[in-house]
Amino acid sequence: MSIQVWTFIIVGITFALYIGIAVWARVGSTSDFYVAGGRVHPLANGLATAADWMSAASFISMAGLIAFLGYDGSVYLMGWTGGYVLLALLLAPYLRKFGKFTVPDFVGDRYYSSTARVVAILCAVFISFTYVAGQMRGVGIVFSRFLDVGINQGVIIGMIIVFFYAVLGGMKGITYTQVAQYCVLIFAYLVPVIFVSILMTGNPIPQIGFGGTLADEPSVYLLDRLDGLMTDLGFTPYTDGTKLPIDVFFITAALMVGTAGLPHVIIRFFTVPKVKDARISAGYALIFIVLLYSTAPAVAAFVKTNLINDIDKVEYSEAPQWFHNWEATGLLQYEDSNDDGLIQYHSDPSINELSIDPDIMVLASPEIADLPNWVVGLVAAGGLAAALSTAAGLLLVLATAIAHDLLKRTFIPTMREKTELIAARVTVFFTVLIAGYFGINPPGFVAQTVAFAFGLAASSFFPVILMGIFFKRMNKEGAIAGMVAGITLTASYIIYFTFINPELNNAEHWWFGISPEGIGTLGMILNFIVALTVMKFTKEPPQDIQDMVEDIRIPRRLMDSDKEENPKED
Amino acid sequence: MNDKAKEYWKKHLTLLAILLTIWFIVSFGFGILFVDQLNAFRLGGFKLGFWFAQQGSQYVFVILIFVYVYKMNKLDKEFEFDEE
Repeated sequence: MSIQVWTFIIVGITFALYIGIAVWARVGSTSDFYVAGGRVHPLANGLATAADWMSAASFISMAGLIAFLGYDGSVYLMGWTGGYVLLALLLAPYLRKFGKFTVPDFVGDRYYSSTARVVAILCAVFISFTYVAGQMRGVGIVFSRFLDVGINQGVIIGMIIVFFYAVLGGMKGITYTQVAQYCVLIFAYLVPVIFVSILMTGNPIPQIGFGGTLADEPSVYLLDRLDGLMTDLGFTPYTDGTKLPIDVFFITAALMVGTAGLPHVIIRFFTVPKVKDARISAGYALIFIVLLYSTAPAVAAFVKTNLINDIDKVEYSEAPQWFHNWEATGLLQYEDSNDDGLIQYHSDPSINELSIDPDIMVLASPEIADLPNWVVGLVAAGGLAAALSTAAGLLLVLATAIAHDLLKRTFIPTMREKTELIAARVTVFFTVLIAGYFGINPPGFVAQTVAFAFGLAASSFFPVILMGIFFKRMNKEGAIAGMVAGITLTASYIIYFTFINPELNNAEHWWFGISPEGIGTLGMILNFIVALTVMKFTKEPPQDIQDMVEDIRIPRRLMDSDKEENPKED
Repeated sequence: MNDKAKEYWKKHLTLLAILLTIWFIVSFGFGILFVDQLNAFRLGGFKLGFWFAQQGSQYVFVILIFVYVYKMNKLDKEFEFDEE
């Protein structure tokens, strides 16, 4: 059977599964809709968090980026996993004990301020929109290559599916769909790379295989061979970096801290029953994430080696079939500038004749390694699972931010639960439409805005939540001043280098050699300094807030008052 | 805050400090700041610093969370702050 038939079958089965789960998990209360009633098993939450977190970028783009960046790609590996340590140790358990629905809930209540709440809502909305547009785009790419339906129709099909289970099941539907999606995506990621690892190194475990020797040349290590190939083509060796160490440091830190501050990740820890569950569930989530993230660098090394061997200095007419398949999508381009009929891949742009979009590396890897057609279909289904699960999680954050935080808590506190639930569903409907629009007409700056999202989460949410838990004395003046300072620095730096003066965007002009991707770390440091300074000169928070901070530090409910039934309004 | 809660919080903070120090050393230390020095050593086909950056740090992160969960569950019980 052809790749296309296999893809239709496998994608069709997985979609039917997601819809089935959505119908089974439909909900009737706001608590179910926002946090699945707070009754999700920690293991299920770990699986759902992993699927929620691993987006089209993790599944489709990351290994390709590492393949092109080599050692420098480590920033994504450490950055996007190390954040879970911060989340598990510094945020998740206390936020669970706090026991409301959202991050703006916490910021607004802890800092007894509607201003703080509204700033938090704006950040949550901005971060989530940035992200969701990227997911829809990922759905479009998969559809256009494998199902031959065009990127636009692909985006629309994806929208309908997400809309269906997000509106019907809210967080409950999304959670159980994400559990299924994790299984699909991890299976789809591991199967091809295990095949490739056996073919190339004789070892079925890719994490070990890519540090092993080549199957056809047992005296040569794969990474040494790859370093050699890269050097021959004029590149830096694969295992060495070209970025400045300070930049690697700052980018890694910004991604870690940003991860811990992303609202769609944090919200997942409101869905488990207990503080204890929130802790262990972060651990489960990280295991499931590391399963993919420790495999990605192996995929990168394998695919890069294969790519160079397969196409460098090969006659164009004899290039393998996958080369032509991807040429048709425009994501791979070849121009025979010296008319010799050979494909030249080189670091020197005047010799190089090949341009490859890193996004195709994972999707093309089964074809590059000549694996059976059903594997290609499986990878397509995996890419869709990754994109849809993340999109759904983000849509829910948007719905809660608008229906709950903005409408119910800020404007109409008297709104009845039924009305709020309708508002939440309507919000999901409109956000799906807007996200779909951006998926079809992606703004040219999607890549930069993702850096923006992490920078913003790192310089605003993370410090504010952390200080809210660990500095009892932190007051609203300090928190707001800190957030504003952190965001302003981060946003101006990114805007300056990516929109106003993109031609200056290089190490020579950066502060201390820190790229816009890493500036969130500096924003975070500034946030801390400003907040602590302002706090010193303003009055301490009211006693009931200080009591609340003491309360969230301890898992057991000590003051068994009626506060759960009568949430305080500010 | 009563004395028991203070004592609990102090022990908790000590544990956090230890775990976060390890977190910092394996990623920012071994994977970034000292990567060149560690690359002089090898682990099979891996240069050691490269291995920490692309593999080892992730495994340590997982272990850190589970150690934290184990220690905290014990601490909660010891102070009778665990959930019923």
